Amino acid sequence: MPQRIPVVEKILSANDRLALENQSRLDAARVFAINMMASPGAGKTSLIERTIKGLEGRLRLGMINGDIATSFDADRAQAAGATAIQINTGGDCHLDAVMVQSALSQLDLGALDLVVIENVGNLVCPADFKLGTHKSVLVASIPEGDDKPYKYPGMYRGVNAVVINKIDLLPYVPFRMDFFKKGIEVLNPGVTQIEVSCRTGEGLPGWLTWLEGQVKEFKKIHGK
Amino acid sequence: MHELAVTESLLEIALRHAQAQKSRRITGLYLVLGQWSSIVDDSVQFYWDIISDGTIAKGATLHFRRVPVVLTCQDCGKEYQPASEDFACPQCGGTNAKVKTGEEFHLEAIDVDE
Repeated sequence: MPQRIPVVEKILSANDRLALENQSRLDAARVFAINMMASPGAGKTSLIERTIKGLEGRLRLGMINGDIATSFDADRAQAAGATAIQINTGGDCHLDAVMVQSALSQLDLGALDLVVIENVGNLVCPADFKLGTHKSVLVASIPEGDDKPYKYPGMYRGVNAVVINKIDLLPYVPFRMDFFKKGIEVLNPGVTQIEVSCRTGEGLPGWLTWLEGQVKEFKKIHGK
Repeated sequence: MHELAVTESLLEIALRHAQAQKSRRITGLYLVLGQWSSIVDDSVQFYWDIISDGTIAKGATLHFRRVPVVLTCQDCGKEYQPASEDFACPQCGGTNAKVKTGEEFHLEAIDVDE
């Protein structure tokens, strides 16, 4: 007899479950993790280099870099002084919780305070796949154009902070900051927005203060 | 772009629920997708035909229900569908909105043959 069975299950629930496991593992090791997402070329790796240098001697940082191919980004992070694990997704447009699980096993979590996961450059797919990180950060950049929140709402909806990079280019490209920020505000009311230039260093102290504050708060909750 | 992973997950959920009922065959799947849940129907269908082959879900029909985006203005209470060029409230101009619908991303039900 034909029959309809109610299911009502989130389509990526298997990934969500594994993401929770990743998070428990990070919690137990008292390591704070962020998922850094952006379009290709927004400046994720430049921001990470600046972050590694800026937190040197204050926080012990590990990196997980996701890319379809090459280890250029992990090499850059390593050159800047962090432990870096490269994940080559072999064509996948995003990282998922399974990939992060295996990368976490390769890191000595006991020797770290913070893990930054650099997702594959893409404004669509990474938004749907939880990794188990505690916070998500989107790196946007001026040359991408001011319409991106309107075109990629899913990405702007799910993040805890938006870093607006390459503000040194504002005098040279048409970019309506108020229009851009209005889109972000509707999608994600009250989200932290930090304007920076990884080239000139402008605004970076604000980013580092935010990040350090997040780690401190996390450590407070998860005790000594 | 990530429809293969989505489709694999879909098959896993459907098979698990059908097996729990000891069903012999899955004949239909009912998906609910919000307009903001970047999934391409044709692409899911394409992968489905390939990966469901050889399972009890082979040949099952995929039913897609699209849910439009509706925002609720937190300032004046107006419910509206955002325009593509401006997400602000058409009534009061406010940008303090909550997403009411449009982010759905789940499998609602399956049809099975006992």
